[in-house]
Amino acid sequence: MIRDITIGQYYDTDSVIHRLDPRVKLAFTLIYIVSLFVGHGPWCYAFAFAFLVFVIVLSRVPVKFMVKGLRAMLVILIISALFNLFLVQGEVIFSWWIFRITREGVRMAVMMVVRLVFLVIGSSIMTLTTTPNDLTDGLERSLRFLRVIKVPVHEIAMMMSIALRFIPILIEEVNKIMKAQIARGADFDTGGIIKKAKAMIPLLIPLFVSAFRRASDLALAMEARCYHGGDGRTKLHPLKYGRTDIIAYIILLLYLGGMITMAVLLP
Amino acid sequence: MELTLKNVSYSYNPDAPEPVYAVRDVSLTIRSGDFAALIGHTGSGKSTLIQFMNGLLKPTEGQVLFNGEDIFEKKYPLKTLRQKVGLVFQYPEHQLFEETVLKDICFGPKNMGLSKEEQEERARHAMKLVGLAESYEDKSPFELSGGEKRRVAIAGVLAMKPECLILDEPTAGLDPAGRDDILGTVRALSDEEGIAVVLVSHSMEDVAVYAERLFVMKKGELLYDDTPKAVFRHYKELEQIGLSAPQVTYIAHALREKGFDVSEDAMTVAELKQEILRVLGK
Repeated sequence: MIRDITIGQYYDTDSVIHRLDPRVKLAFTLIYIVSLFVGHGPWCYAFAFAFLVFVIVLSRVPVKFMVKGLRAMLVILIISALFNLFLVQGEVIFSWWIFRITREGVRMAVMMVVRLVFLVIGSSIMTLTTTPNDLTDGLERSLRFLRVIKVPVHEIAMMMSIALRFIPILIEEVNKIMKAQIARGADFDTGGIIKKAKAMIPLLIPLFVSAFRRASDLALAMEARCYHGGDGRTKLHPLKYGRTDIIAYIILLLYLGGMITMAVLLP
Repeated sequence: MELTLKNVSYSYNPDAPEPVYAVRDVSLTIRSGDFAALIGHTGSGKSTLIQFMNGLLKPTEGQVLFNGEDIFEKKYPLKTLRQKVGLVFQYPEHQLFEETVLKDICFGPKNMGLSKEEQEERARHAMKLVGLAESYEDKSPFELSGGEKRRVAIAGVLAMKPECLILDEPTAGLDPAGRDDILGTVRALSDEEGIAVVLVSHSMEDVAVYAERLFVMKKGELLYDDTPKAVFRHYKELEQIGLSAPQVTYIAHALREKGFDVSEDAMTVAELKQEILRVLGK
């Protein structure tokens, strides 16, 4: 049965990183990704690695959880490594039948894998240390400038947080409907793909019906409490930068500066 | 038909040093012709308990026996069991999915592998049992009223011809007329078809009128297993676990305190009326 699905992989603990303003963590993710593409060569990646370790230690999230995100990426990692390994042209160092491995290929493959691994871990730090709600809050605030060009930032953020909020509810609903249909003799586990897909109909239709019902109930409840979109809406906990947030920004800028310097000065 | 729970327990963390139990060491037996009600405070383990009865949930300890056979034995045909022990969940109308009422009720029989004619025959019979007129056959289940939808859902389970019917709060969210309708139907099923019924309920009034036997759950344990009259004599203990006796019982007790010799076992309005008339007519 569908259980134990964790979406939004927040790891609940108390750390400096957890307490940071979500906007800082968004900036961290962005800057870290940029830095990975600015840097090249072993020294830059060693620097990126050191910075990553520094943040992970501060976040007090077990490394086990960091690496978990990589498992889903494994196929992509292998494919990109193989492509680079075999398809990059250059000085051949090994060849057999139609396969040829070049020095540049090896270099590119290693770099690509390192980059992707850092990228995944770096961005999972944000989701591991920020609750989904804080995250949408931070996004809403950071993207507010887009309102100038008529992007409904608040509405999008609201939709995101509602969607996140409803995931556990819908999972529970799926469980309930599944049990009810199993009690009526439905069989979700055996048979080929087509039979399994057909077996989903008695599950999906009630699920959609209930999702629409919940959506309409929620809309009504929100309107009953005078919700009318983002204009003039205030927050219970407005995002405010504290001292640690400023320090974090300074560290981030120093890191980016360091990375650029290294990329320019080192070969 | 005999369905026995034997020392069943269920815990969410059975391997922990101090497991948290949703159900703890419950033993009970349901036989053909029984009309039992399962009552208990929210979170007392009622819903967990009924899921053992048709093998949807496996107890972490203990056995579930259907006609003497352990249903969690490797080769036991759980699908057949689920057809014999029909389980109607809370708000069963949320599980409707077909285009027409008839097709939806046919879902159970279809899963049993019956022929189309037999499916429809059973579905029509089930509709008759729950009091749905033939004109409903081709309607969409989504355009019906709440009470009608619930009848369709119950018919969907009845169409499998269960020997035991378990209903989890079948009257939740219905108006009084709808509630009496559903409970009356269930009562008739038990009387006419000999189906054993287990009714999960919050309403002591309903239970007093319809059930012949009460199971009272307290924090996962079975506190009482007795006739309603005997259980409601413990009304003070029931209050301690967030339940109560029917209001009529309280009136009977109050009358006794004032010196009227009415029976304290009166549970329904009709019974108390008789008692009062008897006392006054003296």
